[in-house]
Amino acid sequence: MEFTQQFVQQLINGISLGSIYALIALGYTMIYGIIKLINFAHGDIYMVGAYIGFFAVTQAHLSIVPALLISMVVTGILGMVVEKLAYKPLRHAPRISVLITAIGVSFFLEYTSMYFVSPTPRTFPAVMDNVSFHLGMFVINGQQMLILGITFVLMVLLTYIVQRTKIGKAMRAASFDTETAQLMGIDSDRVISITFGIGSALAAAGGVLVGVYYNSIDPLMGIMPGLKAFVAAVLGGIGILPGAVAGGVILGVIEALVSGFFSSTFRDAAAFAILILVLLFKPSGLFGKNTREKV
Amino acid sequence: MNSIRKHDLLLLALGIVVFAVLQGLISARIIGSFWQLNLLIIGINVIMSVSLNLINGYTGQFSLGHAGFMAVGAYVAVVLTTNFHAPFIAALVAGGLVAAFLGFLIGLPTLRLRGDYLAIATLGLGEIIRIVIMNIDYVGGAAGFKGIPHYTNFTWVFFVMLVTLFVIKNFVNSSHGRACIAIRENEIAAEAMGINTTRYKVMAFAIGAGFAGVAGGLFAHCFYIINPSSFTFMASFNYLIMVVLGGLGSITGSIAGAFVVTFVSAALASWPEFRMIIYALVLIFLMFYRPQGLFGYMEITDFKLFQRFKGGRK
Repeated sequence: MEFTQQFVQQLINGISLGSIYALIALGYTMIYGIIKLINFAHGDIYMVGAYIGFFAVTQAHLSIVPALLISMVVTGILGMVVEKLAYKPLRHAPRISVLITAIGVSFFLEYTSMYFVSPTPRTFPAVMDNVSFHLGMFVINGQQMLILGITFVLMVLLTYIVQRTKIGKAMRAASFDTETAQLMGIDSDRVISITFGIGSALAAAGGVLVGVYYNSIDPLMGIMPGLKAFVAAVLGGIGILPGAVAGGVILGVIEALVSGFFSSTFRDAAAFAILILVLLFKPSGLFGKNTREKV
Repeated sequence: MNSIRKHDLLLLALGIVVFAVLQGLISARIIGSFWQLNLLIIGINVIMSVSLNLINGYTGQFSLGHAGFMAVGAYVAVVLTTNFHAPFIAALVAGGLVAAFLGFLIGLPTLRLRGDYLAIATLGLGEIIRIVIMNIDYVGGAAGFKGIPHYTNFTWVFFVMLVTLFVIKNFVNSSHGRACIAIRENEIAAEAMGINTTRYKVMAFAIGAGFAGVAGGLFAHCFYIINPSSFTFMASFNYLIMVVLGGLGSITGSIAGAFVVTFVSAALASWPEFRMIIYALVLIFLMFYRPQGLFGYMEITDFKLFQRFKGGRK
């Protein structure tokens, strides 16, 4: 009984953490789907989102939902600017060049933020009363409810955009085959820019929610979640939206179980071990189809 | 004696002259202790960047886990010297061999991956190595390994560096090295030409990892303590910056890259944020305007000035 209780409790913690990974992983997977770039800077976009949310709450005294919206909009624009300045000139360069540029952008965001907001961690103010819900013997606290609720709303919204709107159709076409999409009259530059915008906005939401959940943000907070979200995206099958969500949640749960039952120092190692196992045994991911490589 | 041998001897002589000059400056106390330490770091970074260049530049396999192999070499060497009182050279060689063996074990499965997948997998493996070391109490865990004898000096670093440069230069110019370059240029075409691509990729990976291990051994004996946090993937990125700045596929470039990056880091040590912002901008603008790095595929011996001394090969 003791064991089941702890297990389910870790499961709840894992799903909350996992939905944040899922929000970041969605951006990774969308960007990778279209321009085949591991956007190393994505984790730092998430960090910037967390800081904007922090300043909206502390300086402008907004409540959590408007702060979240402001952070998503501003960070979305930042993502589009980064794409325009750093990645667009390299559209036809070798992929390794773009990857190195992404590492450069990541450093740039980390350390310019560090310069402006100082390297010391900031305490994210409590934005909601400390309520907790008892479901039988399990406890879900208010922050976890908020995370799950907001993640759910954003995912419904994203599914609507991708499946039901014209721009979503263009995004799906461009990620299927960019050149053919262009021949059909789709402005691929605009589609890529909007993809970066949406992906960055989702990461920003993840950042604000992490701030609310852990109460602490710092300029290097994006590195690890960024890498783990990439693991989540690969786990679910890169380029596949439901895959990213599933991958994020699975990763979050595994991490929670590892740190709950073994040792929290092995948490990060578990994520990377999953990555390597997936890459070796099912590189297309859980939801992916095997494609044959053509010369 | 063929012209290539002569060429090697000429470079060796040049190396010894450089060593004599620097050692003279150190003995005459013209180079102060701060820059003396930086000379050691430059030497170690040259070994790291040249060995990483063998993997990333010559063989075209993008690895981001080099600091992990450095950590393995460092810890093996310090355990041997501190706990078993082994001679320094034996410890360095053992560290290198263990790192190379680990590189072989890791390389065999992961080098099937391509491009950015390989990059992220090696990054993950480097982190796993570090986390595992952090959890071994025998080597001090997260607090680090203390009480390491201070063996590393300029002579050691310089001559180990010369050996590294020689081995890697000759490897690259051998038929094995040509096979590696062929894999970089086009893996499928190389395979069609009968090159066993897996074998050469793993070979280059293991050799690179081995030298990283040796560099780790040297690094560990510079200070009295080592700590797993010196070997994070940020350190791997640092070596990557050196290689990319100098040119993927140029040994001279890696040396220059190690020099410039170490020098700039030392000079900007009091402004760490600016240092990283400058790194970032250098990386971005390099990819825009000179993606092949400062030297590209060129070696210093390819320039006109050196052709005059080389003779023979026309």
